[in-house]
Amino acid sequence: MSHTIDVAYVAELARLELSPDEKRTFQQQLETIVRYVEKIGELDLTGIEPTLHGQSLVNVFREDVVVPSLDRERFLANAPERNGSEFKLPKIVEDA
Amino acid sequence: MDVSTLTICEAASGLRAKAFSSVELTGAVLDAIEKRDAELNAYLSVDAEGALRQAAGADAARAAGADGDLLGVPVAIKDLINVEGQPCTCASKQLLGYVSPYDATVSAKLRRAGAIFAGRTNMDEFAMGSSTEASAFKVTRNPHDLSRVPGGSSGGSAAAVAGGEAIAALGTDTGGSIRQPASFCGCVGLKPSYGRVSRYGVTAYASSLDQVGPMTRTVEDAAVLLQQLAGCDARDGTTLDLPVPDYRAALRGGLKGLKIGLPKEYYIDGADREVMACVRRAVDACAAAGAEIVEVSLPHTEYAIAVYYIVATAEASANLARFDGVRYGHRAANPRSVFELYAKSRAEGLGTEVKRRIILGTYVLSSGYYEAYYGRAQKVRTLVRKDYAEAFKTCDVLMTPVAPTAAYRIGEACDDPLKMYLGDIFTVPANLAGICGISVPCGATAAGLPVGLQLLGPAFGEGTILRAAYAYEQEVRA
Repeated sequence: MSHTIDVAYVAELARLELSPDEKRTFQQQLETIVRYVEKIGELDLTGIEPTLHGQSLVNVFREDVVVPSLDRERFLANAPERNGSEFKLPKIVEDA
Repeated sequence: MDVSTLTICEAASGLRAKAFSSVELTGAVLDAIEKRDAELNAYLSVDAEGALRQAAGADAARAAGADGDLLGVPVAIKDLINVEGQPCTCASKQLLGYVSPYDATVSAKLRRAGAIFAGRTNMDEFAMGSSTEASAFKVTRNPHDLSRVPGGSSGGSAAAVAGGEAIAALGTDTGGSIRQPASFCGCVGLKPSYGRVSRYGVTAYASSLDQVGPMTRTVEDAAVLLQQLAGCDARDGTTLDLPVPDYRAALRGGLKGLKIGLPKEYYIDGADREVMACVRRAVDACAAAGAEIVEVSLPHTEYAIAVYYIVATAEASANLARFDGVRYGHRAANPRSVFELYAKSRAEGLGTEVKRRIILGTYVLSSGYYEAYYGRAQKVRTLVRKDYAEAFKTCDVLMTPVAPTAAYRIGEACDDPLKMYLGDIFTVPANLAGICGISVPCGATAAGLPVGLQLLGPAFGEGTILRAAYAYEQEVRA
C-alpha cells in the first residue's frame, strides 16, 4: 500500500484548516504511524467476523414515548451567538 | 484536619461518628487544593462555593437520618464528564467557557449518593494522550517527582488523589487512561468492562472503547465508588442489563485457590527492568500467599496498538465532527463560507494531538482505505478478544505490568507520537476486548517512582479483579 498521505485533502474532508507547518509535520508523522499500523496486513483474516463494540449487543429497543427535555434556554446559554430563542450564524450566502 | 491520605471509607466513618462534618471535610479538601495545586496543576477549575453548599446539604441530610458511603464525601471529576452548572472544557480551548446544561448519568448517580463536586481535573485534550501534556491549559505534575508527568489522559485525577488534593476521583479509560496514570502516580484505578458504566453525558472520544471508572487510594474505595457508578442506563444503549453484584462483599475472597495467568507477551525484554522487577515480586508474593500461577498466551498482543490507533482515531474523527462552532464551543470570527466557519473554528479551537488524530481517523475511513484499515482492524479486534476468552478458560485473572516504564520526564516523549502510542501496549488490548482491569500500586523504582500492577478480568468480572487486588493490597503487599 502506498504511504503517501495527501494531508491537505484529508484535512479538507475533516473540515479542519491546517497551517503549512502542521501539514509538513503531520505528513511525516502520519506516514510513520500508517506504516506501523499496516502491521495488521500480515494476518490472514479470512472468515473472521469484525468486532464492532466492546460487547456483542443486539439492537436495544424502547417504546417511542415523549418525555420532557431540557429547557431551551440552558442550551442557548452556550451558543457563540444567539438571536432570541435561536442560534445565530454568520451570513454565509454570497451576495449576488 | 488532614485529608492527604484519607479514604472514602474513613471519611464515611468519620462523618457517621460525627468526628467531622461534610462542611469541615470539604473545606479541608479545598484547603489542600489551595495549598498544593499551584505546584501540581491537577485541577482545571474548583467550585468552592458550590461544594460547600452541597456539603451543608449533605450534613443536613445526615442529621435527618440519611446515610451512605459517599454522603458528604468530595469526589474530583475529570473535565470531560458533565456536571450540571460546572465547566466542562475537556482541556480544550474549543470548550473554554462551556457550562454543562445537565448531569452525566455518572454525575447524577454520585449526586443522588450525596457526593460533593469540588472540582474538575486536568487531562489530555479530549482524552487524547498518555501524559496530560496535551492539555490546552496546563501541565500537571507527578506528585512523586515534579519534573515528571502524571500519566494520562486522566492525569489530573491521578495526581489529585495521589498528591493529597482529592479523596477520590473519576477518570475515563479508552486505551489505558485510568490505569496508566494510576500506575504513574501510585493510586488505584479501575477500568470497568465495556457496558458496565453509562457513558451518557461523557464527552465521547472513541465510543466503542470509552469507560468511566474510579481512581482511589485503596481497592476498597474503588469497590465502593464502582458500586455507585455501575448499572444499565436507558440513555446509553451500550450498557448491559446485568445485575450489579455487591463489590465490597466480593473483596473478601482472598488469593487461595485463585488462578493467576501470566501472559508471556506482556513479560518482554523491551520493558523497564525496575518496573518488571516490581511486577515479578508481586507475582511471586501472590504465589507464596496461595495463588496458583499459570502461563498463558495472548498471541495477537503485538497487533493491539495498530488496531487501537485505527479504531480510536476513526471513531474520534466522527465524534469530534460536532465541534463546528455552530451551537456551542469556539467560533472563528468573520468566516466567508460555511466551510471556513467549520475549518477555522476547529483550527483555532483544537490542539495538535487532537488534530493529528482527527486527520489519521479521517484518512483510515476515507474512500479506498476503509476496508484496508478500519475493516481489517475490526477483524483483528475479534482475534484480540478471542485471545482473552481463551486465556480466561485456564485462569481467573491476568497479572501484568500496567505500562512498560514508570513516569517519564515532562517533555521527554512529546516529539515522537508513535513512541508515546507504543507505551499503551499493556493497557490497550483490554479496551479492544471490552474486559475489565485495575491498576494497584506494587512498589517503586530506586528513584521513588510508583509502579502499578495490572489485574485483568473477563467482561463483567469486576468482582474477581477487586478480590485479587484487595488481597494483594491487604495481605501480600503489606
